[in-house]
Amino acid sequence: MIPCSYACHSHEHAVTRRGFLAGAAGLGATAALGPLGFAAPEATAHLARSHKRVLVIFLWGGLSQLESWDPKPNTDTGGPFKAIPTSVPGIHISELLPHTARQAHRLAIVRSLNSFSDDHGIGERIMLTGRKPEPGIEYPELGAVAARLLAHTSDSALPGHIKILPRDGGGSENKADAAFLGPKYASVSLRDGQPPADIRRPPELSPESDAAREEFRRRLNARFARSRRSAATDAYTESFEQAERVVRQAAVFDVEREDPRVADRYGRHDFGRHLLLARRLLEAGVSYVKVSHSNYDTHHENFDFHIEQLGEFDRPFATLLDDLADRGLLESTLVIVMSEMGRTPRINDRYGRDHWSRAWSVVLAGCGIKGGAVVGKTNATGTAVTDREVNSGHLFHTYLRAVGLDPTKNFYPNERPVPIADPKTAAIQEILA
Amino acid sequence: MPPPADPAAARLERELKHTRPLIGCRFDPSGRFLFVSAEDDGIYRFDLLTGGKVALAGHASWVRGMACVTPPVPVAGAGQAQDWERRQVTLGAAAGFAAATLPPPKLPPFTLVSGDYHGKLIWWPGDADTPKPLRVVEAHKGWVRSLAVSPDGKTVASCGNDNAVRLWKADDGSPLRTLEGHTSHVYNVAFHPDGRRLASCDLKGVVKDWDLKTGTADREFDAKVLWKYDPVFMADIGGARGMAFSADGSKLACCGITNVSNAFAGVGNPAVVVFDWKDGKPRVLKPKDVFQGTAWGVAFHPAGFILAAGGGSGGRAWFWTDDVTSTHMLTLPAGGRDMALSADGSRFAVAGANGTAYVYTFNPGPASAPAPPSAPPVKK
Repeated sequence: MIPCSYACHSHEHAVTRRGFLAGAAGLGATAALGPLGFAAPEATAHLARSHKRVLVIFLWGGLSQLESWDPKPNTDTGGPFKAIPTSVPGIHISELLPHTARQAHRLAIVRSLNSFSDDHGIGERIMLTGRKPEPGIEYPELGAVAARLLAHTSDSALPGHIKILPRDGGGSENKADAAFLGPKYASVSLRDGQPPADIRRPPELSPESDAAREEFRRRLNARFARSRRSAATDAYTESFEQAERVVRQAAVFDVEREDPRVADRYGRHDFGRHLLLARRLLEAGVSYVKVSHSNYDTHHENFDFHIEQLGEFDRPFATLLDDLADRGLLESTLVIVMSEMGRTPRINDRYGRDHWSRAWSVVLAGCGIKGGAVVGKTNATGTAVTDREVNSGHLFHTYLRAVGLDPTKNFYPNERPVPIADPKTAAIQEILA
Repeated sequence: MPPPADPAAARLERELKHTRPLIGCRFDPSGRFLFVSAEDDGIYRFDLLTGGKVALAGHASWVRGMACVTPPVPVAGAGQAQDWERRQVTLGAAAGFAAATLPPPKLPPFTLVSGDYHGKLIWWPGDADTPKPLRVVEAHKGWVRSLAVSPDGKTVASCGNDNAVRLWKADDGSPLRTLEGHTSHVYNVAFHPDGRRLASCDLKGVVKDWDLKTGTADREFDAKVLWKYDPVFMADIGGARGMAFSADGSKLACCGITNVSNAFAGVGNPAVVVFDWKDGKPRVLKPKDVFQGTAWGVAFHPAGFILAAGGGSGGRAWFWTDDVTSTHMLTLPAGGRDMALSADGSRFAVAGANGTAYVYTFNPGPASAPAPPSAPPVKK
């Protein structure tokens, strides 16, 4: 049996009670669990101070920057919507984001992004890895990097890299998103925010029977391991034990346990529920959660559909920022709102906007970020960046710096140095606190 | 003289060019003027007699809803305009290049009301040399999607993205009543020819029949064939993009898009739903040709056929006589985003996505109207 060069865990990503964990990461919040299955207040406060976490809200399909962060009203490309003032004098965003406008003092808006690809899949990879695809190497996504580098303890109960996807679509469930970091840091996908399958004990299996079964399994494994222990057997053992720890924290996945008034503020729709779940997971110690909101790929009737989609995004996003702040988590949680690309300034003849990577916007908030900042400019019609052009590499450096990591360091897959972030770029200092 | 009954007689009469894509179009009651709205927030009045083009500046957002408040006296303008054309042709034949241009006939004054995507209504003196706003009313929160004027010219109805239908006094813009009950954006409104009832249609294909005396919706019609929730893109597409009553009030037509398989790429087909006003029974009219797109305007022609126009993968105008499948079709030079029929049925116009309004005529005669004198510059 060939031992693994790293502490590999189960390769199985199927979301089952036993097999769903690809690895452990995130903060070990097993101590002082409160009645809701995640950290009790005093532990939460400790987490808030010491553990950094990342939340990516991915507006899948390509959010129009002109209908959101960089409006150009009354221009040939501006469309029909107004720009509205925000909580920061001098900063205006689209009228479609009235609740978010009141959060502008917490946000840093990057308006000068050029991400080089107008393709959904390639654009997503570029935005999540901070690099253009290169032959011969796959780079890990931000989630895997965060799970690897932000893990507080090694015996964490929850996966460190979780993706919450809508019922349909919302981007790829990229099983190789950890690349050379290994399956331990690969994402666990929760489709429609549903908890992992089989996380709840079947009703016909009593707790006593379950415990007896587990005890029997452990005795058999221990006897086997006495003569045939390897990295693989360690990995399987670890995955079973992690599954057990996750099962003990099953409640964290249940948003129905949330105070109904809080759930109302997030909104009783899919995205509201998914964002609330994300907050619960982050609060329970998960290092990285990505929530996808679908869909923004508005080649046809862009304006009507952005009314609908941003109408669903706006209030839950503002609620999330307030909620994180109220719980003392915002200063240790980096929040990023991105898409795989923006949309064309040119309006097509079906009132649509098409794919556009040359000049669009991303928003950051929270940990390490200077609120109320705007960096970069586009021209009057949004067709080109005129000041401080950045790419996904600059953003990747910025994310890592914001959470206290050094992006100039290396990973060493197979003992070969690979920079954590693209060494040709650097962090956007103007938005770092 | 009643217009020809044959849709096949329709032919392109003139192209009215603008520099920005168009959104809406409406004839004035006489049929002499065509008002078009464009993506530059402007409204432009084309004079079909003189070739003149005048800008109506005052909106700060896109305009789709436009309606003319009919003068209290019957409009003789249509006849006057044709008379003027005939006399001009006669004069031209007699005097050749030396022919003077007859002064165009003076029409009875009328008011244009327009609604924009910032929720504002503006009243304009439609016949003035350079129309300036008479009044501005903050009418809706969000888009005003459509306007209609009652047959007696006394009431303006507006509808929009705040799910409301609102009624206003036509002469001074004061509010009369709000009709509430729709639960999604209201796309269109039309007054019944008897003036006592109003129909409105929302995004989800709910058509309400309002009693204007009580302000209550007594019935609902089902136009859900024009609505789809797209589960892949997780958004709704629908609404009556055009709406019209037949002159006798026996039928109501709503048009839009149906069979949607991809809302965000506009993959669907145009359709017209015609309701029997008495029993609410629907008939769905479809184009004979396979066309991907939306029907944006519909009208009942006085000669008895129904016409609609729209765009998507190009532009089309369709005509139905008795069957649910169109009997005639015109390919438009560009995608159509609105359609208007002149009051006498002699012409229809389509607002082109390419910035040109296409005016078609059913009149026999030369393919193009007598060349007007060189158009004066756009007045602002």
